[in-house]
Amino acid sequence: MNWETVIGLEVHAQLATKSKLFSGASTAYGAPPNTQACLIDLGLPGVLPVLNAEAVRMACQFGLAIQATVPARSVFARKNYFYPDLPKGYQISQYELPIVQGGQLKIEIDTLEKTIGITRAHLEEDAGKSLHEDFHGLSGIDLNRAGTPLLEIVSEPDLRSAKEAVAYLKKLHSLVRYLNICDGNLQEGSFRCDANVSIRPLGTTTLGTRTELKNLNSFRFIERAINFEVERQIALLENGQKIQQETRLYDAEKNETRPMRSKEEANDYRYFPDPDLLPLVISPQFLTQLIPTLPELPDAKRDRFMRDYELSSYDANVLTQSRELADYFEEVVSTVPGEPKLCANWVMGDLSALLNKHHLDITQSKVTAQQLAKLLKRILDNTISGKIAKQLFEAMWNQEGEPDALIEKQGLQQVTDEGAIDKIIDQVIQQNPKQLADYRSGKEKLFGFFVGQVMKLSQGKANPAQVNELLKQKLSG
Amino acid sequence: MHTQSIPQISAALQQGQLSSVELTQHYLNRIERYNPQLNAFITVTDELALAQAQAADKYLKNGTAGPLTGIPFAHKDIFCTQGLLTSCASKMLANFIAPYNATIVEKCQVAGLVILGKTNMDEFAMGSSNETSYYGPVKNPWDLQAVPGGSSGGSASAVSARLTPGATGTDTGGSIRQPSALCGITGLKPTYGLVSRYGMIAFASSLDQGGPMAHSAEEVAWLLNAIAGFDPRDSTSLEREPVDYSAQLNNNLQGLKIGLPKEYFGEGLDPAVDTLIQTALQELEQAGAELHSIELPNTPLAVPIYYIIASAECSSNLSRYDGVRYGYRCEEPQDLMDLYQRSRGEGFGAEVKRRIMIGTYALSAGYYDAYYLKAQQIRRLISNDFAQAFQKVDIIAGPTSPTPAFNLGEKFNDPVKMYLSDVYTIPVNLAGLPALSLPVGLIQQRPVGLQLIGNYFGEPKLLNVAHQYQQRTHWHQLTPTHF
Repeated sequence: MNWETVIGLEVHAQLATKSKLFSGASTAYGAPPNTQACLIDLGLPGVLPVLNAEAVRMACQFGLAIQATVPARSVFARKNYFYPDLPKGYQISQYELPIVQGGQLKIEIDTLEKTIGITRAHLEEDAGKSLHEDFHGLSGIDLNRAGTPLLEIVSEPDLRSAKEAVAYLKKLHSLVRYLNICDGNLQEGSFRCDANVSIRPLGTTTLGTRTELKNLNSFRFIERAINFEVERQIALLENGQKIQQETRLYDAEKNETRPMRSKEEANDYRYFPDPDLLPLVISPQFLTQLIPTLPELPDAKRDRFMRDYELSSYDANVLTQSRELADYFEEVVSTVPGEPKLCANWVMGDLSALLNKHHLDITQSKVTAQQLAKLLKRILDNTISGKIAKQLFEAMWNQEGEPDALIEKQGLQQVTDEGAIDKIIDQVIQQNPKQLADYRSGKEKLFGFFVGQVMKLSQGKANPAQVNELLKQKLSG
Repeated sequence: MHTQSIPQISAALQQGQLSSVELTQHYLNRIERYNPQLNAFITVTDELALAQAQAADKYLKNGTAGPLTGIPFAHKDIFCTQGLLTSCASKMLANFIAPYNATIVEKCQVAGLVILGKTNMDEFAMGSSNETSYYGPVKNPWDLQAVPGGSSGGSASAVSARLTPGATGTDTGGSIRQPSALCGITGLKPTYGLVSRYGMIAFASSLDQGGPMAHSAEEVAWLLNAIAGFDPRDSTSLEREPVDYSAQLNNNLQGLKIGLPKEYFGEGLDPAVDTLIQTALQELEQAGAELHSIELPNTPLAVPIYYIIASAECSSNLSRYDGVRYGYRCEEPQDLMDLYQRSRGEGFGAEVKRRIMIGTYALSAGYYDAYYLKAQQIRRLISNDFAQAFQKVDIIAGPTSPTPAFNLGEKFNDPVKMYLSDVYTIPVNLAGLPALSLPVGLIQQRPVGLQLIGNYFGEPKLLNVAHQYQQRTHWHQLTPTHF
């Protein structure tokens, strides 16, 4: 039988606020345990939550960016359950009336565009962390993370493959970073994903029994975990077995999913509106004023790159994946006008290769956009060849200096003086009489050999176009 | 000294006829002498009180004192007091030293009030007789066989026996007004949101409101001036222009329309209480007020829905007491579930557990709509009843409690009967209105309280009416015989 995969994703994006969702404690990552948990985060008797306005603004921006409804009234609710790292015995979340309702995100799969529905996004506070190592059979609790603001973004079950799921996540990841509302760090848990996966016979419309996959902390693992889970479900159904609705943990080392301890199985969270917080009222004026603060979003930027710079959709997509990369590219282009394709090739080629090699992102680049632009200008004005430029770029990356100074110091200026090139060609021809004879007797492939020798002798500095032209004349005798 | 009112003491302090240290020592002596009979205090803070009194005397001397500077005071043990035991009268918090001050405590300190100690109460403010306290029941100074009412029974008993000039209380379903009535003092539950809940240990967040308790309306007005006001740390606190609550005490009552809800004078009301209430109402009539019969038709629904809403909120609010971070933890827990079950099983008393269970049930999947949601809808109807009444009258009056103080143990094993003793006070919390109880007489040496209910932020009017009544009567000046 042919099966169709149905995936819905829940993403927890940690909002990049300075303080927590309901207290003034810092949200900075990596502090010693329990040093960033105030009275409110500790859930002491008598404390009360006060909503962080910045988190609300960020959630609204997100809502606007995905063309969702941000209702005039949303409500915080308590999700009640006991866990040692949940200090109040309930999590303040949103349940029936979330702050963002019904949006969408466009993804591109093999050059085809697909729209994925976003059911809702709601604000909630994070729990703390339980630490089970280093305490000799006891558990430690770190409440630094307790109360950190999260935006939980829930997609419709519109995704049909692991590949689509990853495309959606990358797009969402890019969007929250464009909006500057989440640092998107998967390793530190600022962008976490759970996947609801089910399968059904192709052509049917009812949903199959789903499993929820957790512990998916990289895009690669997400793809693998979903693929594993789909295969597992197919095998079960094809063997006449049933799928259990359950939460499964992905084990990256073994590349498998397995059922989680069923601690949450029969949980009734007893949601009810939090009486400590009034309904959240958002005025249309507030939203109207927020619209101009939104940055140009990935799709719009990609379209503009294709239109204004005549880039291919592939190039435009790559360059707009992050706002910083796009900004870098545009800074280069603005200094080297009229050559967007050259700029794009360098940013996507040599620059990206070095960034990847050193595991850096664009904001950590050793070569600034201005420096790269200067280098490209020297190619365009024939001061250096493309090949020399590549060497120079490495030198610049290694902080050896500015392009012009390096060209000067290392004497890398391209040789465009015909007399000088003539001399080199003559020398090459003289030194290779056999090859000359072969060439003249019809072995035209040897032309490349002569070009190579000339370039070598000129230490790569001879202008390749001139070399070609002059060499042709000389060789033909 | 202890029969003087707060304004009288204040004048004596300001004029240097009396020092705060002398005064404070006097009250500490009275506490030492009488508290063993009454059990009104959980903690007495002698040293801190005297230190604060000394500081107050300095301010009184150098002219930087306010009207309340140097006056002794007590806080219900539900308010967090930095460095002091804050137990909420529960075994669960019998080891909890609060690391911060509640806003109300902070404001009292700023006003210069001297803290004598923390008063006893029903465990987590759940009770109407002060019999659910982990620290044992509080006695009513008018009759040691009688309950003082609850849950602010320690505060009411202490004020009544003149162990403190005033005290804070909290009122979720009548917990300031009912003990005030049963102990013969004046207590005010302010409009929901007028007094900050920050640092007040939550029972039912949408109903809880702190307020002052003292002998007279005038004293209550002085104290309210100190504790009312917007607090950015409480999201349900209301931002309003500050009001001087003592400014309108002397307005005359000519033409004041008082509504008498017929539901408050029907079945269940002790006829002797009814008689005293009628006498008090005649007194107000003579002072110029007009009496009008009104209807609050949804009153009978108030008690049942209160026990759904309050219990639902409490079941969630009390989840934090899990034995993990502070408070009571059972001996040698075997695993996490054992830690939870035994810490909570052993740390909470029976009434608290009963309400947690009711609330958990009411919020459970499949029951939420039928109980919690329905209760909230009825709550709106009850508010609407009051809104309609206030289109016709300025204030509403009736008994605070259907009976005078009952005997210790009398209703303890019949929770429904106990719950019904709050039938006249609960609707006010559901609507978030202000209400005050003032003493209007005695039945066999047990006091009776008149309840005055105002419209939102109608505290000045309530205090005005109560003060005018107290100008014409002496009930608020009585001291129980043996104190």
